[in-house]
Amino acid sequence: MNKHFLKTLLLTATLIFTSLGVSFAEPKKGGTLIAAVGNSPRHLNPAVQSGIVTGFPGAQLFATPIRYDNNWEPQPYLAESWEISDGGKTVRLNLVKDAVFHDGVPIKSSDVKFSLETIKKNHPFKTMFAPVVSVETPDEHTAILKLSSPHPALMLAMSSQLMAIIPEHVYGDGQDPKTHPQNSENVVGSGPFKLVEFKSGEHIILERFDDFFIDGRPYLDKMVLKIIKDPATRTIGLENGEIDFYAFENVARNIVRLKKNDNLTVTPDGYAAIGPIDWLAFNTKDGKTADVNVRRAIAYAIDRNFILKAIMLGVADEARTGIHPGSPFYEPNVEPYNLDIDKANKILDDAGYKKGSDGMRFGLTVDFGWPGLKPNAEYTKAALKKIGIDVTVRASADFPTWAKTVSNHNFDLTWDTVFNWGDPVIGVHRTYQTSNIKKGVIWSNTQQYSNPKVDAIMEKAGVENDMDKRKALYSDLQKMLANDLPVYWTNTLPYHTIYSKKVGNPPMGIWATSSPMDMTYIKD
Amino acid sequence: MLLVLLVVVVLNFLMLHLAPGDIADTIAQTMGGADEQDMAELRKQYGLDQPFFIQLFNYVVRVALLDFGHSHFYNLPVFDLIMERFPATLLLVFSAQILSLFVGILLGVYAAQNPNGLSSLFVNMFSLFGYAAPVFWTGILLLIAFSLHIPIFPVSGMRDITIESSNFFVHFFDVLRHLFLPMITLASIFFAYYSRLCRASMLEVLGADFVRTAKAKGLSKKDVLLKHALKNSLSPVITFAGLSFSAVVSGAILVETVYSWPGLGTLAFNSIISRDTPVLLGILIFSTLMVTVGNLLTDLTLKALDPRIKI
Repeated sequence: MNKHFLKTLLLTATLIFTSLGVSFAEPKKGGTLIAAVGNSPRHLNPAVQSGIVTGFPGAQLFATPIRYDNNWEPQPYLAESWEISDGGKTVRLNLVKDAVFHDGVPIKSSDVKFSLETIKKNHPFKTMFAPVVSVETPDEHTAILKLSSPHPALMLAMSSQLMAIIPEHVYGDGQDPKTHPQNSENVVGSGPFKLVEFKSGEHIILERFDDFFIDGRPYLDKMVLKIIKDPATRTIGLENGEIDFYAFENVARNIVRLKKNDNLTVTPDGYAAIGPIDWLAFNTKDGKTADVNVRRAIAYAIDRNFILKAIMLGVADEARTGIHPGSPFYEPNVEPYNLDIDKANKILDDAGYKKGSDGMRFGLTVDFGWPGLKPNAEYTKAALKKIGIDVTVRASADFPTWAKTVSNHNFDLTWDTVFNWGDPVIGVHRTYQTSNIKKGVIWSNTQQYSNPKVDAIMEKAGVENDMDKRKALYSDLQKMLANDLPVYWTNTLPYHTIYSKKVGNPPMGIWATSSPMDMTYIKD
Repeated sequence: MLLVLLVVVVLNFLMLHLAPGDIADTIAQTMGGADEQDMAELRKQYGLDQPFFIQLFNYVVRVALLDFGHSHFYNLPVFDLIMERFPATLLLVFSAQILSLFVGILLGVYAAQNPNGLSSLFVNMFSLFGYAAPVFWTGILLLIAFSLHIPIFPVSGMRDITIESSNFFVHFFDVLRHLFLPMITLASIFFAYYSRLCRASMLEVLGADFVRTAKAKGLSKKDVLLKHALKNSLSPVITFAGLSFSAVVSGAILVETVYSWPGLGTLAFNSIISRDTPVLLGILIFSTLMVTVGNLLTDLTLKALDPRIKI
């Protein structure tokens, strides 16, 4: 009996240890990851070029002060610790001591100061560091950021691709950092991988940086980023094993098809901070859509479930507001505008839009920002016919054509995909702020929506350092916006990461591939 | 030729200018947002705030001085960008052209021997199919067949960058392996032209007096066909091949996109989408050059076939 018990115990222990041994096995070192990317980046310096295309190689080449885990918690990266004091107006960064750039020069606090100032001047997201007045560098490993007001968005702005630490001794040579020759070749970075070769339109080859400041990382020897524009070709490449990894797949058909492949893992995780949302934007100043009743009627007539099931084939999530459902600030308890044709018709009747002899009340146009949204625009025509709105679908030849039309406010309705970019201050406020109505600038407040109460609440939320109070403010904001409806939000863009079973630890944080892949490895 | 070049430059500059939006909008797109001051600065930097005629004049003067300028999108010299891609397109276009001529003529000769037979009908159907099918569709179909189900050819690119051999032949065969499917795809459009032209021309020649003489002399069937008939029936095929050279160059754009072939086609496509005027104009000038050289080669071949022709 006793013996038997001991035996069982021993067996159990062995089992536990073996399973632990398996699950906590040290990732294998070495190997080459073959990844595909859909577009060629302009260059590789994320300090002066935002966007996910530069973000992927950019986050491998350049380190940032902070990185984020899967739960939106900031983690040490180039800054081993930080202290926030003075009511959020002083942020002290303590840098890792032995960090060096790819050319062997130590990374100093003066580089942090230089990087922040370069980004503040050249990066398109001016809200990221707007309140930062100065950066003090009392010693080589301490940078103190002085702010004019509390700025809760700062932590996210210092993470992943948003605040690349670039070497002052290279980019501070007096040339314009936006067109610096070393943005594309001989890049001197601070991140886990260094550049071997960048051939625009062909490939980017990265190699392990042996003196990276985290010991033993990165695990991979090499990363090859193949630029493949054609989605069908990419899909075949993943299927036949020529490509190990592809992020930012958004073609529903391809996602459904690749999910059936046993050699591949397909996951929607990791895009919460990128936060892409598909929506129907209204011109709230000119034409019939200036009337909130018309906007509400349209929202009731468009079936979000149809879009999710028939157009997105079930791979996208519902998005009821302009904040991504993966964000801690998302408020699902707003008016959802579920399909209700009778209500929509009644709203229009009550507002005095009488149906003509042909059953139509009035006509509107609908544009779409990129080809992936064409089905949405065509569906809009069919859906709004039911409430007597005659919709004309206007197809633009390409992005600049559409951008010209919409940014100059020559539209009634337009489908669009807009990113949250981490903190609402960076990517959400811009769509609704009165001060951001800027003719000719795409992804500004092109709806020309203006509500002083909404402006006030955003201003308050932007400087509120208490997380719970901030959440409450954004909850109110989302409810107010859902009521005024400058935009009808429908779903998340179904970004998916697809990778071969031999890839371990793919980037699953909040920034997808715009975060360092120093922990990714290739299994035996 | 210089006049042609000038017209090409002016017309294209005008067309690009008429397209709505500019490089500042494109850069805003890649950035995921923009700032109005940045956009104004960009337009100033690239001279886009100048009146149209000044922009045009500046460009023509620079091209005349052999300065193709900098790509607005990549911020690299246009000449370097084009030179990097030019060999790939040259390889694709010439190999496809030679392949389609070779196969087209072969099929044409074969079909001409028995013009109403089953095999002739088959050749016609096969070549017409290649002609009628959209080239990107053919491309993807071939990929599904020979990269996915029978994985013998790679899906994209021109070479395997993970090969670490210094042996020339390893790299040579690697490029050949990558070239195979794009070449077949591009060539497939032109099988029909060449085989039908060759067939018709062969039929005519086969009934000519000198062929009868050759047969009467007791020459073998092979000698009659290849030495006497074919040589005299090739002129229309070669002439047409020269004329269709520009079509091969434009067909290359689609083929390059499907196979991620790093040539001028994909670069041209990207520069239209991103309103990268200097790059596009540079490519157009190079394509004009390429077509001119293609025509010259045609003339030389014709002369070799028929010494009566003077250039």
